[in-house]
Order: sequence, then C-alpha cells, then structure tokens
Amino acid sequence: MDFLRATTWAEALRMKADRPDATPVQGGTDVMVEINLDKGRPKALLDLTPVAELTEWSVESGNIRIGAGVTYTRIIAELADRLPGLAQASRTVGSPQIRNRGTVAGNLGAASPAGDSHPPLLASGAIVEAESVDGTRMIPVGDFYTGVKRHALASHELIRAIHVPVKRGPQYFSKIGTRNAMVIAVCSFGIALNAEDRTVGTGIGSAAPTPRRAVEAEAFLAGNWPAGDLDPAVAKRFGELVAAAAAPIDDVRGSSGYRVHALAVMARRTLGWAWQELRNGGRS
Amino acid sequence: MSIATGRTQETGQGIGQSLLRPDGTLKVTGEFAYSSDLWLDGMLWGATLRSPHPSAWIRSIDVGPALKVPGVFAVLTHEDVPGEKFYGLEHKDQPVLAIDQVRYQGEPIALVAADHPETARRAADLIEVVYEVREAVTDPRKAAFDLTIPPVSVHGNLVRHQPVRVGGTFTADVVVTGEYEVGMQDQAFLGPESGLAVPAEDGGVDLYIATQWLHVDQDQIAPCLNLPKDKVRLTLAGVGGAFGAREDLSMQIHASMLALRTGKPVKFVYGREESFFGHVHRHPAWMRYEHGADRDGKLVYVKAEIVLDGGAYTSSSPAVVGNAASLGVGPYEVPNVFIDAYGTYTNNPPCGAMRGFGAVQACYAYESQMDRLAEACGLSPVEIRVRNAVSQGSLLATGQVIDTPAPLADMLRELDAMPLPGPSSLDLRELPGGVAQTTHGEGVRRGIGYGVGIKNICFSEGFDDYSTARVRVELLGDEPHVLVHTAAAEVGQGLIMVKTQIAQTELGIDRVTIVPADTTVGSAGSSSASRQSYVTGGAVRAASLAVKERLDALTADGRSLTQVLAEEGPVEETREYRHRRTFPMDPLTGQGDSHTQLALCVHRAVVDVDVELGLIKVVELAAVQDVGKILNPLALEGQIHGGTAQGLGLALMEEIQVRDGKVLNPSFTDYLIPTILDMPPMKLSILENPDPHAPYGLRGAGEPPTLSSTPAIAAAVRAATGLPLSRVPIRPDDIALAVLA
Repeated sequence: MDFLRATTWAEALRMKADRPDATPVQGGTDVMVEINLDKGRPKALLDLTPVAELTEWSVESGNIRIGAGVTYTRIIAELADRLPGLAQASRTVGSPQIRNRGTVAGNLGAASPAGDSHPPLLASGAIVEAESVDGTRMIPVGDFYTGVKRHALASHELIRAIHVPVKRGPQYFSKIGTRNAMVIAVCSFGIALNAEDRTVGTGIGSAAPTPRRAVEAEAFLAGNWPAGDLDPAVAKRFGELVAAAAAPIDDVRGSSGYRVHALAVMARRTLGWAWQELRNGGRS
Repeated sequence: MSIATGRTQETGQGIGQSLLRPDGTLKVTGEFAYSSDLWLDGMLWGATLRSPHPSAWIRSIDVGPALKVPGVFAVLTHEDVPGEKFYGLEHKDQPVLAIDQVRYQGEPIALVAADHPETARRAADLIEVVYEVREAVTDPRKAAFDLTIPPVSVHGNLVRHQPVRVGGTFTADVVVTGEYEVGMQDQAFLGPESGLAVPAEDGGVDLYIATQWLHVDQDQIAPCLNLPKDKVRLTLAGVGGAFGAREDLSMQIHASMLALRTGKPVKFVYGREESFFGHVHRHPAWMRYEHGADRDGKLVYVKAEIVLDGGAYTSSSPAVVGNAASLGVGPYEVPNVFIDAYGTYTNNPPCGAMRGFGAVQACYAYESQMDRLAEACGLSPVEIRVRNAVSQGSLLATGQVIDTPAPLADMLRELDAMPLPGPSSLDLRELPGGVAQTTHGEGVRRGIGYGVGIKNICFSEGFDDYSTARVRVELLGDEPHVLVHTAAAEVGQGLIMVKTQIAQTELGIDRVTIVPADTTVGSAGSSSASRQSYVTGGAVRAASLAVKERLDALTADGRSLTQVLAEEGPVEETREYRHRRTFPMDPLTGQGDSHTQLALCVHRAVVDVDVELGLIKVVELAAVQDVGKILNPLALEGQIHGGTAQGLGLALMEEIQVRDGKVLNPSFTDYLIPTILDMPPMKLSILENPDPHAPYGLRGAGEPPTLSSTPAIAAAVRAATGLPLSRVPIRPDDIALAVLA
C-alpha cells in the first residue's frame, strides 16, 4: 500500500488525479478500522491531515461551509447554535477520542447508511462541495448517496467542504442504540423545521440502503402546517409517513419491524419538540 | 459490620487498608506492559488458520502456497504436533490442530510463523483446505434429548447430566412455572490472547503468557510438545483481564510448536475478531422451572430442567453443570427438589468458564421465579425472599449444611431500607437513550427489582484445590525485606496487593516485593472461582507464619531482626494451603458436601425504561454483600462494581449472536459492553460475618455480584413495563414490539 501525503489542497487534487485508486484519510476513524479489520485494502492512502485549509469553516451566503477536516468536536463546540441538528448528531458519534478525530466529510466518504451526520445533512438540505483538477461540483446531499457505502464522487474527486444552511427553525436529531453511548445507530432520524417557508426537512439513517429523506412526510406536514398547537393526529401521521419511507433490514443490531416502529416514534417525538420550540419562540 | 462507599483513602499497611495497586496508574496511563507488548529481537509472528465452518470434514490441506511466501519460516498442521494431539481441562478432547474434521467455526487448523504479522496472516490465508461441509448440530435441547442427532463429540452429545433429588412432595397450593433463556455472554476482556514462546538451549521452551493458571497450562502443553514438564517453563506476562476466558489454552501450544520448529522466539497476538473465536464463552441456557409454595409463600418444592450448551468441546462444562445443579434453587430453604441439569455438545462455539460459572444462569431463572411467586402470593419481592431465605444451619439442595454465617434475610432487609434515588433530571445523560436523544421524558417509566445470588467459592466436588507460597525475609540495603513468590495469576483482580498486605500483617515488615509468577514455585491453582484471596492468601499467610516462627526463635536471644538476617542469612519457607475437603455429588441424587464456601450478594436495581422504544437507563444499583473480612476496601469495592457491571451487561446488551453455528457479531462494534453512561453509581453495604474455616474469616468476593445484578435489573424492567421478559439480554424489540402488541 502506498502512502501519499498532501500538504496543500492543490497538491491533494493532483495526487488524487494521479492516483484515483487512493483512499483519502482524514481522522482515520473509519478508514483505519476497515484496514485493520482487513475489510478491503486500498492500493494507496491519501493523507489529508496536513492540508490546513480543510480545517476551517466559514459563513457563505446563509450557509456554513464546513471544511473537510473540521472535527465533530469542533462542530459541537463552535456550530451548535447555527447547526443544532448536525451538532446533536455529532454529539452521538463514538467516544470523545473519536469525535476529536472524525469528520463529517469522512462520514460522507464512507457513505455508510448508519453514519450519524447523514440525517441532519438531509434534513437541512446540505450540499457537498466536490473538487478535482477539473473543477468544482456542488452535489445536493440527497444525490450524494448512491448505494450501501457508495457515493456520487468521481474517482479523481475529493470532498472539499460541506455547505449546511444555517438553521431556519428548530432542528432535532434522535438515534436508537442499544446502549447509552458509543454505539452505532440501529436507526436514526433528523428533522429541520423552516419556520419562514413553513416546510420541514427530514433525514432517515440506518433504515434503508442509503440515508434518505421521508418526502411524503415532508409534503404532508407542509400541507397540514399547524396554526397553533401541534395536533397529535398530525404528529402521529407524520411519524407513520416517516416510517413508511424506510426500507430496513433485519440484522444483528435490530429487526426491521423494530426499526420501522422506532422511526415512527422518533419522528413523532422530534416533531413535537421542534414544534414546542417553535411556539416558544426558539427556546427548547 | 458494614462500611459505606466513598471513604477517604487509608494510608497504612497490612490487611484492611486500601493499598493502591502498582499496575493501576500504569494501566490508566497506557504504560502497563501487557502480554501483547512482549518483544524480542529476531522474533517471528504466529498466525492461525481457522475453520470458516461450524462442522465439516477436512478432505485435504495444502500448505505449499503459504510456504512459498517470502518471510515465512514454518507452516504446521496436526501432523506436526510433536506429542499428544489432544488437550483439555477436564477431558483431553480438543485437538491442538484440527484432525480430519472441524467441529466449530474458528477451530484452529494450521499455523504460520513469519517475520511480520501481516505476512503470517496473508500466508495463512493461502493455505488450501478442502472441506466437505456437514449439517451443524446447533440445537442443544435436541442434542441432549434426541438420540437420532449424530454425535458431535466422541463422548456423544451429553457432557454431563446431574440430577438433584430431595423429598417426594411436588404438589402445592400455589404453583408458578416459567421458561427462561440466557444468551451467550462473552468475557470481553480487553487484552486479547497473546504471548511469546522462546526456544531454550536445553530443547525446552520458555513461555511468557497471559493466563489464569500457569501450572494447568504447563500440564496440558508439555505432553503435546512431547517434553517433560520441567522443560516447559511458564512466566506470567501482563494480563488484560480474564473472567474465565483464559482458563482454557489458546495459543500456548501453537506458539511453542512454532518456536521449537524454527528455533526462534514466536509471538502471537490475536486481533479482536479472532479473540472472539480464541476463547470459550458463557454457556447459553434454556431453563424450565416450576415453584410450588403454600399460601404464605413458603416454598414446598422446586422442579427445574436446565440445559447448558457447551459447544464443540468439553472445556469446564462438567463443573458448570455441577454448579447449576447444586445451586439451582438458590439460597432458599426448599424441602423438595427435582432438578435435572444437562450440559451438551453441539457445533456452536465452545463454552466454559466465565465469572459466576453455571450459577449465573440458574440465578436468573430462580430469581425470576421468586418474583412470579411473590405476585401469585400477593407478597412483595423482598418479603417472599425473606420468608424462604437460608441462614446458618439451612440445607442446600445437595443436603449440605450451611455451617457458616448466611444472614440473607438481614441482608435483604438492609437493602430494602436503603433510600431510593429521586426522579431523574431531564439531562439527556440521565435518560434512556442517553445523548442520542430518543426521549425528553416521553414514555419513561420507573421500575424497581431485586435479585439474590449464592455462589460457591473455590473449586468444588472433591477437587484437590490448593495453592503454594514461598516467603523469604532477607536484608536489602540493610533493611529487612520480604519476597513473596507464588504462581498465582494477577489478572486485574488485585491479588498482588492482597499478598503484600498479608505478608505485611503476619511479618510486621512493610517492605514487600511480589516476585513475578512462574512455574519455578508450586501451583497456586486458578485465578477463578473467587478463590485466590482464600487459597493463595492462605498459603502466603501460612508461609509468612512459618518464617515468623523461625525469626522469633532466632531473635529470642535478644538480637535484632536486622542483626539476625545479617548473621544467619535469608530465612525462607514454602507452604501449601488447602481449603476444607469437598466431595462429589451423588450422580443420581446430587447429594453431597460438594462446596467448601458459599457467598451471598443481594442487589436492588432501579431503572427507567422508555417503554415505547424499549431503551433502558439503569438509574441505581444497590448491593449488600457479605465478604467475611475486608482485606483491601478499595479493591473490594472495585470487584463488586465490576461484577455488577458484568451482570448489567448480561441483563441488557451482552450477547454473542449465533446462527447456524456461526457468530454474527465478533467485534466490539456489535458485541456491546456497558459504558460509564450505562453503569450507574452504586450504594454498597459490605458485611463482615467471618467464615471460621477461611483465612481471616474472608469470603471470596469477585463472582457473587455478577449473579444477582442480572435478575435484579431484569425484574426492574419487568416492573416498569409489565412484560414477562423471560430472556436476557433484554432487547429493545422485546419491549417496544410487545408493548405495541
């Protein structure tokens, strides 16, 4: 296995163009585990940790542009006010050590359906900034996931950043695990209310071959936007539609029946919290 | 009689003090040298080829492709085993390397030594094995009772059937029945199997190894290497946890074979996944119980059928069956008993020793039954237990008289009187689901449950159970100094401190060095069955007293100790220590004084359950345990906390999932053990009712909490949900989908 190390972004792009078979590595919390478990061995590793520009985030036209090297710990510490859904999800990733190393871009690169950051990215309509020596592509996150552990990047592209809209209403993330910390999602759900547009974004994790939105649930709520308090029947129906959008399997972490049920409960509850926060003028 | 937790650190010497263990800080800071850290220049790395099938004929093995890999020094199969081809703790039925067939997934078939671990693994993958896959025998109840099932073992499919028969009255006014299941728990030690075998000039081998019992390893290794025992010398390397999983051999013979063949030191380190296939697990159990009582809740009889799946090889299954049978009704007075306990052979992963050893499975079932009985009689869980509790003078189901203090009723009352925790705050870390934020309080209901357990301490059923200690007093730097040498394995339980403190107490000398454990001193027996404080502690005490007697005689003429040691040289004594003799269980009635000591622990669990999602937060665990005598309070509390946590794991999450003989979750990603957010704070009350037969009156302490915490938590979850929940670990599905239905 070859080990390539880029010190600048331009160099990283050139290296990736020369070696499209190289797997980029940032925190290593996923890539290195796979290698250690001997599950697929890349021909080359492209180490991006020295690329300083990746470790920054900035505000760009209503979005937070999160560099591919920004860790979960920093998202929790620095962006929880503007990206609460993503910060909540980041808080559930692994252990403190993992959060100190792992990145959202790495989660996208791995494209595991169980990745914790996918539901809030879907719910808030994030955009993946992919770059190569040929230029930049902006990929809506909903188009990014193409299959189990597969994504829309071309072999010579790298993730430069993720653009996540600053919250336009309450956001929540909820995840089922069979212990109370350090656990991979049995299933998960993210919700983002847009108070101005009266729309809702959703994201389902670990309950289909890819992370996905619950489009019908989103349309239902937008069409039945409550005038005052949230009608429990609306919340229940919203939960059912979220569950109906999932296509889970039975595996060692849980049964498909449980996943469907749990998604309905999480969707109903998170909508309740979000609505409550909306009615309270933004206070949870 | 009892101490509270959170006391300030004691600083004195000798027993009763919280001396800090020398390995503690090193382990926390990552500087402790584990067996996996062993290193010699020029050493080779071993790798093992394992069977992917739970049951298959091996039609051929071609090691040629592996031998061609540059860097490979040796590739060995069963044909290369120099001596006996089989080993085992109780029956020598496990092949060193598979011969013509494999009986479980992960069974070792061939070995590779290479100059790099990666090379060794790659080469092992190149060995060509032609299998003829057979249908695996995976249902232990069928294996036990259906004679048409083909035999997995040369012994058939039954390891042991142990009945217990007392009395003849099996009718009662109140009868409750239940069927219970315990999943396959793993010891999940953090330091995987590892060690270093160094070929010696005399043709023997020096083995540095993480194990629980050096001498029983030596006894099994030497015949397979065709070497006399004195040419197989073992030294304990840093052990990263054991819990029973290091009682059986793993890579000991393999590393020695490769070292002898290549003439080079050979190191093995299993990876995490391989570790799940490299050691035995806790027996999963299927149990059918019937309890009969009078209307006041006084037990009339207990009938039970207990099936324990031992997997492909015998390991310690016979003794596990003995424990499940002899302790199958728990610490209760039962005038009529009808138990059948079975251990089976199947093509499932081999099972053997794990903390609690057969008593854990039965405890979960009989305690679940006591709760059902309480409900049927209209009594509280505490009251039903108090009314039936054993005390000194009571009979066990085996007819053995409990001849030492056993104040179970008092322990239950003390537990019941402990204040209950208040409601949880809405901090996510205190709610079911934790920071994953599945609830802000919705669906959360509280439950309280109780569990009682009784565990035999030390080896039972007539085993010649002893330990050896060599104690030497000499001058070091003009100061009297004690050297304590035993072969007892420090596996993380704190035995080093116990030995130090006993020597300090008996000799009155603070400066004590514990010599590394090896086979140049007599056997210490196993670091299991909660026995080392008792047996090795007893041996260190006896040897210390013998040294003291000689020193007293030498100083009787008025010379100082320093003067005597300077003039006479070191004073050294070696002593063996045995506990009271035990006897086999009658094979037809189960009667007999099979245990030497019995220990009690009681738990109360308070849980919050999100009944809609089936997620659980254990809010508090309180325990009362009688240890006879506290040797090191800090270490003791750690043992009780740890044992309790392991019981929590069994109740709520720890299970090796096996389908068709194959393990589905051999990783710490999917085999979950409790984190600090899962294990709540504990209230402890530790009693000191001495056992006059044991050194200082002590009672083994490591296992009992593992028994009682599981049923207490299960009972609390039942109380919160109203569901019968007859299987552990309890899965979210079991609650959420049942509530839905």
